[in-house]
Amino acid sequence: MKVWGLLVVFLLLIPVFALAAANGSWLKKVPAADRARTNPLAGETSAAAAGRNLFRNNCAKCHGENADGKGSRPSLKSARIETATDGELAWLIKNGEAFKGMPGWGALPEPERWQIISYLRSLDTTNSGARP
Amino acid sequence: MSIANLLGLSVRGATRVVLFLLAVGGALLVPPLATAQQEPPYFVTYSSVLEEPGNLEIENQNIAAAPKNAHAFFAPTVEFEYGVTAWWTAEAYVQGQTTEKDSTVFTGFRFENRFRPLPREYWINPVLYVEYEDVSAADKSFLEVTGNTSITTQQVANAALRKEVERSIEGKLILSSNAKGWNFSENIIAEKALNEAEAWEFGYAVAAARPLALAGGGKACVICQQNFLAGAELFGGLGTRYSFGLKQTEQYAGPTVTFNAPHGLTLKFSPEFGLNDNSAGVLWRFGASYEIQQFRDWFRRAR
Repeated sequence: MKVWGLLVVFLLLIPVFALAAANGSWLKKVPAADRARTNPLAGETSAAAAGRNLFRNNCAKCHGENADGKGSRPSLKSARIETATDGELAWLIKNGEAFKGMPGWGALPEPERWQIISYLRSLDTTNSGARP
Repeated sequence: MSIANLLGLSVRGATRVVLFLLAVGGALLVPPLATAQQEPPYFVTYSSVLEEPGNLEIENQNIAAAPKNAHAFFAPTVEFEYGVTAWWTAEAYVQGQTTEKDSTVFTGFRFENRFRPLPREYWINPVLYVEYEDVSAADKSFLEVTGNTSITTQQVANAALRKEVERSIEGKLILSSNAKGWNFSENIIAEKALNEAEAWEFGYAVAAARPLALAGGGKACVICQQNFLAGAELFGGLGTRYSFGLKQTEQYAGPTVTFNAPHGLTLKFSPEFGLNDNSAGVLWRFGASYEIQQFRDWFRRAR
């Protein structure tokens, strides 16, 4: 009986966890050391091109072919993504936001995750109409 | 003479086989969309990678073997894996087997759930696994090995084996780490029959793998290193609560490789070698899977 009670409490708490991880709250969770990391592939056009292929294989299914978002899944052409540091984006891709629907991509090799960030940096965010 | 008679099957058995083949055929006809690149190439071992939320993966994995002193067999399993949330994946399996000079039988089904309790990536990532299975003793899928078993059971005819159906629950503690492109995964398995007075049975699986290239290329390509993952698996039984250990258990090990083809098709292959006299010489495994992306959007109104 106790186990069922705990299970019910856990299920009831899920929306609370989701609310706690409201839009942009992940930024507060990034440790300082991760926040300060820089993309070792920054400025390499080949990295952005490779990142585009990786994005299409792994991310486009939720965020759209051109990162414009899909349904309730957010656009990545937003002010939040634009102003986030490379380290913050790397932390988010690696860890995800499981209770907000974003899985972690820690099993993807780190160089590939940096290539995806290079691609995100190459996106034209002007007139994207994305929520900040 | 009907096809069922030709194959030596009852009408009910033939219907099951036809449904099974339709499921496999249907899986192979679904239009592929994209590649699941971070999933390690394991057949038995689970890693911490869950299905992405909303995606449905349909996999057909097969095993073929010719054990010593028993007839050769081929056992296909169809697996439907759905990402309920980013921390919860649900799966259903249907399975069967055909044995040379014997018969083709449906061997049962399984439902499983995997939960990732920790929200972040750590040096070791736990996943909790709970499964209910309704599988006959004729099962030759080797989706895991638990308890004290021997390949010699395969000498018994399907007609006798299929009468013995075990309904059981199975729990796994999945531990998985990612470092420098490598994935290391360890599974500890515990299984308890619900309809028989059997002791808890235990098993294990460990594996390691990595992509052949750690960075993507600028041009989209098919046969290139980043689309291949290679590794090795080791798995086997650990006896029961009363006979814990490796004695009288099946043990297997072998290399495994995955090819992530464009447009969502993934192909896997592994020869697994028996490590003791209780095991089959070689289990040949091969599988194909498609991922239907954002399957749940099919049931949502357009926004």
